[in-house]
Amino acid sequence: MDNRFDVELISVTKRYGTTLAVDGISLRIPRGTYCCLLGPSGCGKTTTLRMIAGHEAVSAGDVLIHGENVSDLPPIKRGTAMMFQSYALFPHMSCLDNVAFSLKMRGVAKKERHARAREYLALVHMADFAERLPAQLSGGQQQRIALARALINRPRVLLLDEPLSALDPFLRIKVREELKRLQRELGITFIHVTHSQDEAMALADLMVVMENGHIRQSAHPRDVFERPVSPFIARFIGSHNVLRAGGGPIAVRADRCWLGSAADGPHVNGQVVAVEYQGAMVRVAVMTDAGDEVSALVPDQTFYKKPAEPGDPATLVWSPQDTHELMEA
Amino acid sequence: MTARISDKRPWTFYALATLFGAFLLFLYGPMFVIYVLSFQGPNGGVTFPMVGTSLVWFREVFEKGQMANLPVAFERSLSLAMVVSILTVVFSVAAGLGFRRRFPGSGVLFYLAVASLVMPSLLVGFGIGLGFQFLGWQPSLFTSALGAQLTWTLPFGLFAMFAVVNRFNRSWEEAATDLGANAWQRLRHVTIPILLPGIIGVAMGAFTLSYDEYARTTLTIGPKNTLPLEIYALISSATSPTLFAIGTLTTGVSFLAILISLLVVLRLQRRRGRTLAKVG
Repeated sequence: MDNRFDVELISVTKRYGTTLAVDGISLRIPRGTYCCLLGPSGCGKTTTLRMIAGHEAVSAGDVLIHGENVSDLPPIKRGTAMMFQSYALFPHMSCLDNVAFSLKMRGVAKKERHARAREYLALVHMADFAERLPAQLSGGQQQRIALARALINRPRVLLLDEPLSALDPFLRIKVREELKRLQRELGITFIHVTHSQDEAMALADLMVVMENGHIRQSAHPRDVFERPVSPFIARFIGSHNVLRAGGGPIAVRADRCWLGSAADGPHVNGQVVAVEYQGAMVRVAVMTDAGDEVSALVPDQTFYKKPAEPGDPATLVWSPQDTHELMEA
Repeated sequence: MTARISDKRPWTFYALATLFGAFLLFLYGPMFVIYVLSFQGPNGGVTFPMVGTSLVWFREVFEKGQMANLPVAFERSLSLAMVVSILTVVFSVAAGLGFRRRFPGSGVLFYLAVASLVMPSLLVGFGIGLGFQFLGWQPSLFTSALGAQLTWTLPFGLFAMFAVVNRFNRSWEEAATDLGANAWQRLRHVTIPILLPGIIGVAMGAFTLSYDEYARTTLTIGPKNTLPLEIYALISSATSPTLFAIGTLTTGVSFLAILISLLVVLRLQRRRGRTLAKVG
């Protein structure tokens, strides 16, 4: 039995009537990986997660967990646990009972299951909130309870459906650090669905970018960022300018571009349409003569030595080695 | 001159408040008159003025004679209302949960249920009565009358449960499944407890609808009357403040039922409140 992978998807397909939500995707997730499924809404990432969880039947193909085909097993027999987008904490139960729920379903005696639940509450630093009802907690606290409730079964794979989307931006960054820490401590695979590339870049060991029910690229975030395969990936991941040059589409990172003159290297001509101050960097948006909107991320010092205003003519320049060729879309 | 925004209430507030006051008076005034007159003195009549006060008319309700059938009719009404209430809850909860998933014909089924709400009640009762006669069955409390009342309480319960179930988050059930609950455990520990306030509401609604139902019951009850039928018979035969006393008593029963369900709900909340207090 091949146990090098926590999760394997083999030509997994999901059909709803005549529409294809997920179209024959294959993916291998190595042991103890933080995997992010990333893509615009409707790309099939949540459906894929739900098929791994067993909340959605696969129309064709197989889902393997630890080398075992689980395609026809109910969620509890798969060794997965899911954390739902809205957390789905049971509103009529205390946090302690929420966390202990799965043990209760298995018939574990009250004293023992409460003791175990308290351990997991402590793991997520929520021991003092055991008797509270979910409605009395903040979003971040509810998220931790949901995490404890999912982890108490010692899952082999934790599935997270947009776990940070209900949190405010400051908390989001804090919680995502905690998720990463927890994943490293537990050493299990996390599969995290998100539409935010920032989140995926910050967390993932394996970033899987999906579009229209297909996996368009799956690699380490750094590889995806440095070598996007297609115009779609380059645009979706952000901070890339997608242009046409010679034979086909190319991508150039915005932070490798500057406003200069045509003699400096490869370039496009256009007009400044917006200037955004971002602190350390300034983003200068340029409308090219061909009608593409591109931008340069310029260090603030460089920018203010020779500032530009919307309406100014501009030439966007980059070094030849920063030209990255893309597959035809 | 600039117009300033005033924090005084506009005249429309007072106009609408007066209208609402008049509505409340119209709603509760007549009943209130009956409650007051039920304490009429022994020599008083069915109208004002009050000739002293007494409990004489209440005593008459429980005395042998004309009113002899009232207690047993009350028992019948009570047990019928309870059965109606239980059946309504069972069917409407099941239907409410089932209807979350659209299926072929679900729209037609829904409108069929709604249509039975607007059917003239007397005709429904008449039809059931005729049907029983045609088949040579004897109409009685727990056959024809029960059925007739369910034609009224079931659509109501269904409507109420649809509203309750609409706000039910599907992922609660998925979370329960994910945590290893089987179908029965999921229903018992998650679905029903979360829906419970709505279920109590449906039970209470069905109970009170059944308890004072007249039009459907009158043609399907057979020889033994329920309380509203018994009272109606008394009204047409005799007029004395006794009728008012009956009115006061039955209202008391309705309020008691509401009070009990309120206490149940409060107890549920207090159980949650206590866990709050422990945290401080």
